[in-house]
Amino acid sequence: MARSGEHAAPPATTAERAVSQALSDFLTQTLAVAAAEVQKLRHDPLELFTRAVQPVLWLMLFGEVMARVRGVAPGNIPYLDFLAAGILAQSALFVAIFYGISAIWERDLGVLQRYLVSPAPRSALVVGKALSAGVRGLSQAVIVYVLALLLGVGIDLSPLSILGVAAAIVLGSGLFATLSLIIACIVKTRERFMGIGQVLTMPIFFASNAIYPLSLMPVWLRVVSHVNPLTYEVDVLRTLMLSKGVSDYGLWLDFAILAAVTAVLVAIAARMYRRMGY
Amino acid sequence: MLDQRMNSPVAAAVELFSLTRKFGDLTAVDRVSLTIEQGEIFGLIGPNGAGKSTLIRMLTTLLPPTSGTASIAGYDIVSQPAQVRRRIGYVPQLLSADGSLTGYENMLLSARLYGVSRKDRAERIPRALARMGLTEAADHLVGHYSGGMIRRLEIAQSLLHRPTVLFLDEPTVGLDPGARETVWERVLELRDRFQRTMIVTSHHMDEVEQFCDRIALIDHGRIIAVGTAAELKARVGPGATLDDVFLRLVSATGEAEKEGSYGEVRRARRAARDHG
Repeated sequence: MARSGEHAAPPATTAERAVSQALSDFLTQTLAVAAAEVQKLRHDPLELFTRAVQPVLWLMLFGEVMARVRGVAPGNIPYLDFLAAGILAQSALFVAIFYGISAIWERDLGVLQRYLVSPAPRSALVVGKALSAGVRGLSQAVIVYVLALLLGVGIDLSPLSILGVAAAIVLGSGLFATLSLIIACIVKTRERFMGIGQVLTMPIFFASNAIYPLSLMPVWLRVVSHVNPLTYEVDVLRTLMLSKGVSDYGLWLDFAILAAVTAVLVAIAARMYRRMGY
Repeated sequence: MLDQRMNSPVAAAVELFSLTRKFGDLTAVDRVSLTIEQGEIFGLIGPNGAGKSTLIRMLTTLLPPTSGTASIAGYDIVSQPAQVRRRIGYVPQLLSADGSLTGYENMLLSARLYGVSRKDRAERIPRALARMGLTEAADHLVGHYSGGMIRRLEIAQSLLHRPTVLFLDEPTVGLDPGARETVWERVLELRDRFQRTMIVTSHHMDEVEQFCDRIALIDHGRIIAVGTAAELKARVGPGATLDDVFLRLVSATGEAEKEGSYGEVRRARRAARDHG
């Protein structure tokens, strides 16, 4: 017994070490992909400003008019506050859902091959890309926060709430960016991708609670909205971003759904990503 | 058994066993078997669409073979792709350095993807940049580099993890003679100082003849001749050049009717433009 125990012990520690090495490599590789994205943003920050235009227009044009319609936002929340959280989700969604186009661009150039011949697990590359979209989503959040404060939206600025919003933005952006990556792996050309991206954006945005509550919807649309992950992202944002925010589904459920859907999409994307090398 | 083969000093760097790839009805690579020794600079030549790139994409694990297999440093490309990837470097024909990052950032990204430790990164990256003559340009965006600088950066990126085998797919395409010379100098230095094995494709017969230890001529997915430049030339006749070998042997197996698909041409030209 003792003898066999002696023999069994070293392989176990070796295996443990191998697992912890693999985990730390996975983390390094994932962060490497995201770090490259941050560096790109730093070299070309102009894009951040052009991306700011859309949320400004939504809040100042659509928001100001809709705020005059009574009874859209539930309870005692002013419509502009209600909308601000939805527009935050929307601006992160728009960045993420077209994220796959950069993968097609990288494939056409050849940059993607550098990723694919590396020993990094395909899942690390995909999570890295998802995290990159999260970084861009966060930059959108900064813009929407500043804008909302200027428009007098009642914003909860406690660190914990901001942290929760950041987590939801990273998770939500990662989710839709991974979906986008899967589509990119299927269509493989920019032209086809643009068409599908446009078609997807509309239902994801409008069949959600982003700009009006689900209670205003006909039943069938309410059902669709309930299976739309954006609804749960918006629920988190509305709860934590607004000082008067109340969650419809509970933050734990929101985060659990976002995390589960992201995990499934990452698993699918990791299997499909290699096809981009063909 | 595999480990034994790897540890033995005479282990072949690359071995192909009836490697085959089909795209629908087209057989792009047809039962290719080949052995490449450690420290060899091995040239692959052949007309466009002959299967050179498909062969390299299989060996670099980018594309799974339809049948057959290959081993690199003793590891199987089909069953052990992760092990293979750790031991190879790949400089693709297309532009693989990211133009919206600096040279240093590109190096850092590669080093991290290959799991090069922080300590080794701090030591290897500046040294590799210096060796490639890129120290001054290290903090400039690669989008502003010349074609030759990009190629040198890409080679440096592919070497950070000290690969056993380096694949160079048309490394000098679109470069001026001076830049081509520099690229080859680096390649020779890698073999002479570090005994790296290199597999190179090129359309420049003069380069292949001057720098490759052995050459394989590929046409219609098959190797139709393999040997040193002198051996290949001797097959055609006295006074023959490698160009003669190419023209004679390729035409002997039928007109090279495939000039590469539109997509390939577009990609090759774009690469040429971006490198130029």
